[in-house]
Amino acid sequence: MAEILVLVEQLDGDVKKVTLELLALARSLGSPSAVWAGPGYSAEAKAKLAGHGADKIYVADAAEIADHVVAPKAELLAQLVASAAPAAVLVAATAEGKEVAGRLAVKTGSGVITDAVGLGEGFVADQSIFGGGVNVHSRVTKGTPIVAVRPNSTAPVAEAGAGAEEQVSVALSDAARAARIVERVKQDKGARPELAEAAVVVSGGRGVGSAENFALIERLADSLGGAVGASRAATDAGWYPHQFQVGQTGKTVSPQLYIAAGISGAIQHRAGMQTAKTIVAINKDPEAPIFELADYGVVGDLFKVVPQLTDEIEKRK
Amino acid sequence: MNIVVCVKQVPDTATERKLRSDDKTLDRDAADGVINELCEYAVEEALLLKEAHGGEVTVLTMGPSKATDTIRKALAMGADKAVHLVDDALHGSDALSTSYAMAQTLKTIGFDVVILGSESTDARTGLLAAMLAERLGVPQLTQANKVDIDGTAIAIQRLTDYGHDKVEASLPAVVSVVEKINEPRYPSFKGIMAAKKKPVQTLGIAEAGIDASQVGLAGAWSEVVDFAAAPPRAAGTIVTDQGDGGTGAAEFLASKKFI
Ligand SMILES: Cc1cc2nc3c(=O)[nH]c(=O)nc-3n(C[C@H](O)[C@H](O)[C@H](O)COP(=O)(O)OP(=O)(O)OC[C@H]3O[C@@H](n4cnc5c(N)ncnc54)[C@H](O)[C@@H]3O)c2cc1C
Repeated sequence: MAEILVLVEQLDGDVKKVTLELLALARSLGSPSAVWAGPGYSAEAKAKLAGHGADKIYVADAAEIADHVVAPKAELLAQLVASAAPAAVLVAATAEGKEVAGRLAVKTGSGVITDAVGLGEGFVADQSIFGGGVNVHSRVTKGTPIVAVRPNSTAPVAEAGAGAEEQVSVALSDAARAARIVERVKQDKGARPELAEAAVVVSGGRGVGSAENFALIERLADSLGGAVGASRAATDAGWYPHQFQVGQTGKTVSPQLYIAAGISGAIQHRAGMQTAKTIVAINKDPEAPIFELADYGVVGDLFKVVPQLTDEIEKRK
Repeated sequence: MNIVVCVKQVPDTATERKLRSDDKTLDRDAADGVINELCEYAVEEALLLKEAHGGEVTVLTMGPSKATDTIRKALAMGADKAVHLVDDALHGSDALSTSYAMAQTLKTIGFDVVILGSESTDARTGLLAAMLAERLGVPQLTQANKVDIDGTAIAIQRLTDYGHDKVEASLPAVVSVVEKINEPRYPSFKGIMAAKKKPVQTLGIAEAGIDASQVGLAGAWSEVVDFAAAPPRAAGTIVTDQGDGGTGAAEFLASKKFI
């Protein structure tokens, strides 16, 4: 079966959920090989990758791979593309994943597709463009298809792969060492899942009214084990940090469930959440465009509806 | 310092955007062209760097002739001059061929630092800055929400999923900026008048050293197989809160197995 490389996304050695999704996707199209780039590889990591379908695990755990911006990962993948001649390379469609894909495409003379929400036979990708208004099928026509797939495009599958390990060393070029990471600053985000990966996202907008009131949104998110998002009106006002902004100039999320409270549903906001599977809206204006997308909408005051919803969820747990 | 800021004209997100049925490329006539919003942050950052370190800001745009409106906007904000890469052969270029064409042009015009927005609102690939760094063999300093230059040393804060990285390198370099790195200035009346007199050099592909077979639709590395308007989402249930709106929503979530 055709080998498909999957670049592992990990933080401090923890494999991210999106990687398990990519393995499931790769398994449906061929034989997945996980590519570990950077320090932190462990028996747990191996078990997780093999337990989700990885037939092979390429381990490149030299520290210096993580010491420079993006380029070392692209060099590693380019080396594997040359030696293993895979049928395709999958990466997560995060800002960094896409940058790796871009450099790899240049290095290998291959086409690249970003923000796929599905991938089928012949590596034909599904994309949703223009704020969700148009669905596109696209494919790479030259080289090895490189596809950046959005988190939550498919569900992880716990199905064992062979998990054969292969140690890989890369001799990084000077160019790959040009941008040095001298410090990593990690923000404490508590126990909440990462916004881009979360299965549930609860977002607040201008209707939330203040930074303090975002506690209501956080409480609802926590009751569902979800992440918190915000509209640009809310981040511009300084009520919630910018990295939680959902939309055209913020993050794109594709969760199973998206709850929008006090958000009107401007096209630029929709561009970041329209591919959510189920959408719930709470807004006091019955004419708010967000209701056009909502599977379930409550016309009402979020200060009444959100706490009641949170309490009811806690009660039913 | 020779600062080049890459600026793209995109269809206004507030108008309906379409793909052309003939060649499946963006229909640039269907919507009003505006400057890509993230490019405004790039222009502002370029101007701030010039104000702090001296030098010159050159706007670089690849796009059809109507993109001159966008060039004028960047000039009105305060950039000194512009290079407009315009050629029918470029129509339909994908990210790889665009990065090739832009890299060739940058080699032709020279630069100490190239600044871009982190993505455009039309294609949204977020690929160009990384591809340019790869093609030009210079440091990739992308997703920056802070840029500091001291002589030939450059440092940025790179936004990441977990917070940020502090990254250091030497010029020349490619930088991409995220929203909220700064507050883009509005062009003044004086700036708008002055922009009309600023030099805009147009380059065709031959002058920029671009191989025609590597660009345009025929040179693309990927293709749109087909496309269709997204089917409208099935109409949802909308209820008015009568004091039990939260409970009703919980009922719905339970029916979908979220609780
Ligand atoms: C180039 C560009 C890029 C952009 N990028 C983004 C982006 O990435 N993300 C983004 O979100 N926006 C983005 N925007 C901004 C976007 O156009 C909207 O301005 C923004 O999304 C509005 O945020 P909002 O819905 O919170 O605020 P509003 O549009 O002001 O809506 C607030 C809503 O809250 C409701 N409300 C008020 N009080 C209550 C209450 N007590 N209970 C219930 N409902 C209440 C109101 O009825 C209203 O519908 C961008 C704009 C441009 C031009």
